[in-house]
Amino acid sequence: MRPVLYVLTFFAVMSLGFWAYRENYATQAALRDVSALQDEIAGLRESLSVERAEWAYLNRPARLRELATLNFDRLLLLPMESSQFGTASAIAFPPPPIAADMAPLNLRVNTPVDVQGEIPANPEQTP
Amino acid sequence: MTRTPLRPLARILDARRRGENPDMIERENLAARHEAMRDKSRGRAQLRLVFLALSFFSAFTIIGARMGMLAATEPVEPRTASAGAEILASRADILDRNGRVLATNMRTHALYAQTRDMVDPPRVARELAAIFPELDEATLLRRFTDGRSFMWVRKVLSPEQVQRVHEIGDPGLLFGPREMRLYPNGTLAAHVLGGASFGAEGVGSAEVIGTAGIEKALDMRLRDPATAGTPLQLSLDLTVQATVEEVLATGITMMNAKGGAAILMDVRTGEVVALAAGPTFDPNDRPSNPTSGDPSDSVLFNRGIQGIYELGSTFKIFAAAQAMELGLVNPETLVAANAPMRYGKFLIKEFENHNYGPMLSVTDIIAKSSNVGTAHIAMMIGAERQQAFLKSLGLFDAAPIELIEAKGAKPLRPERWPEIVTITASYGHGISGSPMNLATAYATIANGGIKVTPTLIKRTTPMQGARVMSEKTALQAVAMLRRVVTEGTASMGEVPGYAVAGKTGTADKVKRGGGYYDDKVINTFASVFPANDPKYVLVVTLDEPVETSGPKPRRTAGWTSVPVAAEIIRRTAPLLGLRPQVEAAPMDGLTAVKN
Repeated sequence: MRPVLYVLTFFAVMSLGFWAYRENYATQAALRDVSALQDEIAGLRESLSVERAEWAYLNRPARLRELATLNFDRLLLLPMESSQFGTASAIAFPPPPIAADMAPLNLRVNTPVDVQGEIPANPEQTP
Repeated sequence: MTRTPLRPLARILDARRRGENPDMIERENLAARHEAMRDKSRGRAQLRLVFLALSFFSAFTIIGARMGMLAATEPVEPRTASAGAEILASRADILDRNGRVLATNMRTHALYAQTRDMVDPPRVARELAAIFPELDEATLLRRFTDGRSFMWVRKVLSPEQVQRVHEIGDPGLLFGPREMRLYPNGTLAAHVLGGASFGAEGVGSAEVIGTAGIEKALDMRLRDPATAGTPLQLSLDLTVQATVEEVLATGITMMNAKGGAAILMDVRTGEVVALAAGPTFDPNDRPSNPTSGDPSDSVLFNRGIQGIYELGSTFKIFAAAQAMELGLVNPETLVAANAPMRYGKFLIKEFENHNYGPMLSVTDIIAKSSNVGTAHIAMMIGAERQQAFLKSLGLFDAAPIELIEAKGAKPLRPERWPEIVTITASYGHGISGSPMNLATAYATIANGGIKVTPTLIKRTTPMQGARVMSEKTALQAVAMLRRVVTEGTASMGEVPGYAVAGKTGTADKVKRGGGYYDDKVINTFASVFPANDPKYVLVVTLDEPVETSGPKPRRTAGWTSVPVAAEIIRRTAPLLGLRPQVEAAPMDGLTAVKN
């Protein structure tokens, strides 16, 4: 009985040693991973702060004002005025849905319609 | 172990034969056995003691060795714990009230030279001078070769410059990482932000310290590693601030003024929504403080805080409000206003020698800005009560705002307070204060008489201040100020939709040596809007303005500060989310609104 116990103890010690060896290397690898990740996080944070600074720089009021002036013919942006405040009651309700048989003839769609047609050469001339 | 019998039969028989007592043998053996037992237990005890001593010795040795190792090794960051932003950001960001960036940090590089490692100093000096025009080639070469081993070349480099220095390729040129303070909005809110520069510098890092404005006043808060991760949120609104600065700059140009200031304050919370001063500067490239001349000539001078001026007729409402609070008058009470009024050797006159008398109601005294009428009200109040009231409005102390400049800008008032000072102080002469003092006092009136403390930090709860006057008095005072705009001296201040109430003030500038200038004035317009439910106070001050559209130059606040203030209100009130109170023009549909 005793020799069996010795052999078992020997194997237990060996397997525990092997486990500890593996755990040690796994821990070191995890620590290396963590520090690599933290380097990456620090780099990302830094570039994030640069992006934020650049975003703030590009959106600085002086530049936006210049852009609004430059693009006035397209955007027609003007300083906000008190007349631009409206009331909810000033907004019209959506028009009531038109019954199918009351709709103008060209809006009635009961049968399949050929919608491909032809693209006019000069769109501005077509009504 | 063999056990020896206590009474060995052979010896007992032998003893009996000799006629001796056999018990003696037993005792003798018993004693011998006890002695053996004692020896054995002593030995065991000694062994235990040795074992214990060894255990303690090794335990203390291990602890001591561990302590020694910990003390001797280099400290390392705990790698398993997650690193937060607070370790990276050396100085907290500054944001506006909506979270837009006003000041942040950027990583750049500083350039230094180890001259011993330098291969070709003349070439390095030549190429550095080509990259940085402000460096002088001859000076650089002299400093590279005069025997020193280390020198700083430049504090902050852009990435392009770093690349070009790399391309020189000399091993004696080295870079140190730097956190640089960046103000992405340029000149915006420059007088509030102030500026920052480097404190103690090392190769590995440098500390960033605030040099002026809120950066210096709250330096400890911004530098504290415990709070560096949380940005500092100001009460300023970036959009409103930009608009106020734009209108003020235009106003300064149009009114040919030397400078100006505009303060927009929320009366409920005391938050300063916009604080503009002109002329302005770029905090990214802050000019150095002037060492000679008049400090107010410098662009660094914050007229809103540091400009201690006689604020003129804007003070009249304080006399009227106090007299109403004390029950001496009501808005309709008639007060003597026959000008000019003689007091001892002094002659108190109205503007351009008008005479609004003989009697004026209190409301009309404010609306017409009658010096004589205010003087009579002040004489009813008396010196002591007047001083106590002005003090309770914060007009005797430096404005408690989070700017380093505010501490040094203490209002000026006479040492003694004879009755003539009571009279002149009631219409804002002989007593000086900053526009911020004035804005605070007006905010107290607009806040229903509850004292307001100005702040630049975002605050969400209303002011919890002491009551300075009753709500009824405050309402009456605002109604009087409204009359100034509708039918008094500030008629240009009318903004459709926003019932503006306010008081103009024109004061001659004080000469440095004493006396007053004839043609240099400070024009102030302190306003409250909307008058029926006051939400904001706006103070506009122009330094030496002159309006030249008429046949002769005009220097009254009604012609200079008031139109500027009206334009500021017209532009900013919609941005502040204030609905116009008259019905807006009927609209065809929705109009795009940009904030």
